[in-house]
Amino acid sequence: METTVQQFPPFREADDHHGHDEHGHHEDIGFLRSYVFSTDHKIIGIQYGLTALCFLLFGFFLMILMRWQIAHPGLPVPFIGSLLEKALGQPAAKGVISPELYNSLGAMHGTIMVFLGIVPLAFAAFGNYVVPLMIGAVDMTFPRVNMASYQAYFIGGLIMLVSFFIPGGAAQAGWTSYSPLATTIPTHGQLFWIVGMVFLISSSLMGAINFIATIIQLRAPGMTWMRLPWFVWTQFVTAFILLLAFPPLEAAAVMQLMDNVAHTSFFLPTGLAVGGQLANISGGGSPLLWQHLFWFLGHPEVYVLILPAMGIVCEIIANNTRKPIWGYKSLVYSVLAVGFLSFIVWAHHMYLTGMGTKISTFFQTTTMIISIPSVIILTCFFISLWGGSIRFNTPMLFALAFLPMFGIGGLTGLPLGFNVSDVHLHDTYYIIAHFHYVVAPGTIFALFAGVYYWYPKMTGRFMNEFWGRVHFWGSLVFMNVVFMPMFVQGMAGMLRRMSDGGANYSAAVNSRAGADVIGGLSANIMSLHTPIFWGAMCLGLAQIPFIINVFWSIKHGEKIKNDNPWNSTTLEWQTPTPPPHGNFTREMRVYRGPYEYSVPGHATDFTPQNEPPEPLSAPRISTAH
Amino acid sequence: MDIPYTVQPRPDIGLYNAKLGIWLFLASEVMLFGGLFSAYILLRVGAAPGYWPHGWLNVWLGTLNTIILALSAITTLLAWVACKVGHFGKFKFFHACTLALALSFLCVKMYEYHDKWIHYEIKLNDGTFADGHMRENDPAKDYVKIEGRIVNDETLLYDLRSQGKIKMEELEIPRSKIVSMQNYGPWHNTFLAIYFTLTGLHALHIIGGSIVIGYLWGPGSKLWKKDPERFTNRIEVSGLFWHFVDLVWIFLFPVLYLT
Repeated sequence: METTVQQFPPFREADDHHGHDEHGHHEDIGFLRSYVFSTDHKIIGIQYGLTALCFLLFGFFLMILMRWQIAHPGLPVPFIGSLLEKALGQPAAKGVISPELYNSLGAMHGTIMVFLGIVPLAFAAFGNYVVPLMIGAVDMTFPRVNMASYQAYFIGGLIMLVSFFIPGGAAQAGWTSYSPLATTIPTHGQLFWIVGMVFLISSSLMGAINFIATIIQLRAPGMTWMRLPWFVWTQFVTAFILLLAFPPLEAAAVMQLMDNVAHTSFFLPTGLAVGGQLANISGGGSPLLWQHLFWFLGHPEVYVLILPAMGIVCEIIANNTRKPIWGYKSLVYSVLAVGFLSFIVWAHHMYLTGMGTKISTFFQTTTMIISIPSVIILTCFFISLWGGSIRFNTPMLFALAFLPMFGIGGLTGLPLGFNVSDVHLHDTYYIIAHFHYVVAPGTIFALFAGVYYWYPKMTGRFMNEFWGRVHFWGSLVFMNVVFMPMFVQGMAGMLRRMSDGGANYSAAVNSRAGADVIGGLSANIMSLHTPIFWGAMCLGLAQIPFIINVFWSIKHGEKIKNDNPWNSTTLEWQTPTPPPHGNFTREMRVYRGPYEYSVPGHATDFTPQNEPPEPLSAPRISTAH
Repeated sequence: MDIPYTVQPRPDIGLYNAKLGIWLFLASEVMLFGGLFSAYILLRVGAAPGYWPHGWLNVWLGTLNTIILALSAITTLLAWVACKVGHFGKFKFFHACTLALALSFLCVKMYEYHDKWIHYEIKLNDGTFADGHMRENDPAKDYVKIEGRIVNDETLLYDLRSQGKIKMEELEIPRSKIVSMQNYGPWHNTFLAIYFTLTGLHALHIIGGSIVIGYLWGPGSKLWKKDPERFTNRIEVSGLFWHFVDLVWIFLFPVLYLT
């Protein structure tokens, strides 16, 4: 690693005379080629970002409908009820959300939030925009594959959206699409789901290959592995997870497609009865097989959701504490360990399937082991705060809130990882609260932090600080109002996926044996539905300042004074603002690690990675250490 | 703007971009087929006793296809070598062979699929099973004609390997005796389901690879004049994919045909 630095071809100045460079540098390539069918990683990153934010908002809207139905079972949805009936027909008759529609909303909320919202935003949007800049690359390795990746994602998203309007509505079998349920529901929603997923899987496959190849091949001279900003490491590991964990789901999707279309019995057991009738199938299949293949993706997917978010938080904490991140090497080895271990914990989602106690014990052990590197990562962030002169700007507030929120999500996962306590908590609101704490106030807060942090690089202006703070405090308070009570409900035994929030179930149990027996839900527990619903509404209101801020600040935000407004050390701030096609206007050569803040004796409190060693220091023997 | 290492390998990595890309893609392909192979294992160990088929596929045809793909791997390699040493004509010849071999593989596969498609298991109302290839199935007539046999025990239809040479004869079965009738499609049982899925996905890979190789052999070969090094890289990358597809078959053949 030491001696190879000199062998790189010299940086080529941006020039226009390359015949095979179909993009050129002039602005005459037209609107379509510049903004719609662009091969520029920055434009693709922004495309991903805007599309994913729209899907996040849409997924949020589905959730509001579900919360209304849970809080007021059987009442028509106010204001938009008639609109729903017009758009969706029978499932929303008289503006009331039917159980079938509720199931669709649940399945699609999960699918959209995970596969169309957070992963594209955390991995594809930030990764596309920031990673090539951070490593000093001109673009991604395969720009046209990159464009195809976004298009596949877009088509996949469209298919998912269209499925709401087909007869019978969208998929109803949950985002996990467990067979045989997913095969026996007599509508075509599941078919759309599978085809949509195949597009999304292809998209993330192309993205993952591109990211890994870019990080391996296009690092600037001197950018050794241990000089990579930790955000790049997280994206690198995330890309590997996507590359290797998604294909088994694709295999499973192919088999479920065969079950649905060619009437095979991959996941359908012998003697399966549908609607009281013995199904006309050959049988012999295994429902557990679907669950294994699904969770082989499903659990690594959790780390796809969280690792890029941690990477963003790392950059912002280092930048705003003005000191090096604590334990860089521990962070690197931890993220590698998490990436590896994430492949061998999947069956902790399946303790209740009867797969056997020995298998449960194995997966319980690996699940406990994977919490170790996760805790190391979080601990490094906490220790990094110690003794820093912290700048409390909006990105930093979100990054700081990420730490305890993700902490709550992570720690409440431990009882779920032990198969004994999981028997009680499995499929209750407790698990809903747990993974939402990881993903909603966890990952999404980090993503907000990233938007506020890199916005000046994309537009040349800051986002409004005051409204940023309104957005932050509103989100922080109401996230907790929404999700904290769910822990209580879950521990009281309230199951997820009941379209009336457990009203009928409770009434039936309580009428038999009086209130508060095991299995029944007390009035106190049931009454929590109302504050959760209003908390969710207020959480929605708290996002309005953000949405306006994003668009308003493009024209009216405070202008940045130079290309490096946060006084950051990493390379993405060494470009013009916004970066032109080809990114850098001068040669990028890296001489130091990513977090050299407040180096004693240095004139400023930050030393950019491309700043050469001072001439008075010891004679240069090697450019890399 | 030039993206570095599109043709020359990066010195400290030793790979050019596309070669790294194809290796990563193949890693994901390993996981894709890995998922299906693990499905095969779970379905096989979960099958009811006596109901996992043995000897349903023609080993000779499988061997023939194995040889065809092995030959195509050799011609692919030779095509790349021909590019490396600058013999464009030889490249054309060898990759024409690759394409011809790919086509013959698909023909053999299609024959095998067809053979299963016209193979019927017929449940009769006296508790016996007629099994064989459909010869006449005219809805207007009140009988069907198959070339096959009638057995008392259904598991006899599953283990063909232990029965030695099975005598087939032309049978005329009146429709009134038929309880149910099903051909050996993917719906027939989980073995055929995984057989059609695995070999179908593999055949799709053969078709995809043939399209890419066909493009590089035909219109895509114009690049040879402009940038022979880059063209050679393309032949190498598409060749790597082709070798992977061959390798999948090396696993499919014993798993499906020989066990």
